[in-house]
Amino acid sequence: MQPDGPVVALEALDLEIREGEFFGLLGPNGAGKTTTIGILTTRVRPTGGAATVGGADVVRDPVGVRRRIGVVPQRPNPDRSLDVIENLIFHGTYFGIGAAESRRRATALLERLGMSDKASAKVDALSGGQQQRLMIARALLHEPRVVFLDEPTVGLDPQARLALWEILRALHADGRTIVMTTHYMEEADQLCDRLAIVDRGVLLACDTPKVLKARAPGGTLVIVTLDGSADGDGAGSALAAVRSVPGAERVDGDGNDLRVYSTRGGEVIPGVIRAAEAAGRSVRDIHLVPPSLETLFVSLTGRTLG
Amino acid sequence: MSTDEALPPSEVFVAMLRRDIRVVRRELAFFLVRTLMQPLLFITTFGFLLPRMRLFPSSYTTTLLPGVLAISLALSAVQSVALPMVSAFGITREIEDRLLAPVPTRLVALELVFVGAVQGMIAAAVVLPLGRLIMGPIPGLDLSQVPELAGVTVLGAAVFSALGLWLGTAISAQHIGLMFSFIIAPMLFLGCAYYPWRGLDTVPVLQYVVLLNPLVYVSEGMRSAVTPSVPHMSPLAVFSALVLMLSFFWWRGLRTFERRAIG
Repeated sequence: MQPDGPVVALEALDLEIREGEFFGLLGPNGAGKTTTIGILTTRVRPTGGAATVGGADVVRDPVGVRRRIGVVPQRPNPDRSLDVIENLIFHGTYFGIGAAESRRRATALLERLGMSDKASAKVDALSGGQQQRLMIARALLHEPRVVFLDEPTVGLDPQARLALWEILRALHADGRTIVMTTHYMEEADQLCDRLAIVDRGVLLACDTPKVLKARAPGGTLVIVTLDGSADGDGAGSALAAVRSVPGAERVDGDGNDLRVYSTRGGEVIPGVIRAAEAAGRSVRDIHLVPPSLETLFVSLTGRTLG
Repeated sequence: MSTDEALPPSEVFVAMLRRDIRVVRRELAFFLVRTLMQPLLFITTFGFLLPRMRLFPSSYTTTLLPGVLAISLALSAVQSVALPMVSAFGITREIEDRLLAPVPTRLVALELVFVGAVQGMIAAAVVLPLGRLIMGPIPGLDLSQVPELAGVTVLGAAVFSALGLWLGTAISAQHIGLMFSFIIAPMLFLGCAYYPWRGLDTVPVLQYVVLLNPLVYVSEGMRSAVTPSVPHMSPLAVFSALVLMLSFFWWRGLRTFERRAIG
């Protein structure tokens, strides 16, 4: 985030996250997800608006908020001068937990996260996935009511990602409130009870993944790339022609890209090609996106997550 | 859950202190080499070799010892805070765990300054006997004014530790090298460590310009405390200036620290 620049990272974002909920903030990079987490974890001072965590106001009572939360950062930031278990024990003492009790909890958490053999390892000797698990253990050590995770699986290999999903599911099963940001649709869909879709600091939709997916227009999204010249009436007439194709519930377009929301899956494709050709354009590429959060996201923002 | 109850800040302060003591103890050898190398080389060259070669009078050691004490204290305190700050806010983001502890942000800064000051005091305490050992008997050395010596040491270490907080949070990682050439080096050479302030009579402009340099007051205060026969500033002037500078550096340092801590 730019500290002094005119960049407004968050424009309009009204959310209420319930106790015990696994809540996801879904959006592309630069959507304002990290800023939102920063405000809720007292690390970014909002220029306007209000936010409370567990009843504590982030501006008026940051210390009260910090007591209630555990934070897993986007990039692991362990204490590099300490080994794994010391990281956890000292963290506990920062929250007023005695050293013996901290050690007991740390040992149990490392066991649970499959890292018992790493207790006395140096932090630099850990893999990315292990560091991320250490961050999760640290965030849980003081038993916070709310756990914030900022893009926790970025940079992890697929195996480590799946292992992390299992850990997060187990935390959720314990009844802990979890707030997670991600730009992976699948992750949001798999893990979250409810999702907020944000882009450019604005809340676009907020509901359960099931309801959101049902809200996606049409069923399947067919992204059609037309050839070369999109100038003049060419693009407009192709758009109009494709709109008349049976099964194309909605068609948006800009430049050479058409987004066709199809109620008949891929069956619209021959009709779309014929319509485009009738309008004097040829089709260079066709990409099929099955009904998913992604189709909703594209319909809301006009762009893909990537 | 235990974490919903308010926590006495002193308890968190002590917890962070424990962590720092553990790390300092573990890295004591590096710490001593980092902070003592320069003062010891200086003592060896100017307090041992040059007097032996009769290029310097042997009485120079009386002027040099308090200055070297001041330098060790200042360098150690300022580096102990400034250098870790640069990486903790930059590459490693290590500071974030402390910033998320349930205490006001300024308490985190206070603890860092406290630990830096302690490291400055340790450096001075190690250099004093080593200096005496290398330089041999020092004419006029008087260690009986314990309260004054303790006062200058504690206050001087706090001044430089607070300066470290300011520099470490105000200077970006890529410019930290410049801190040594543009701030630390001139401070050392224009800090009245190698000559008494009174000696600058010969260059009156410089004599007044150097009054902005906090090291001047630590050097002169050390002189007043351990070698009172060498001309030195009055203890009142020394203590007033150190208190003023401590307040100023703490105020600036806390501001830049909070600005880095909360976006």
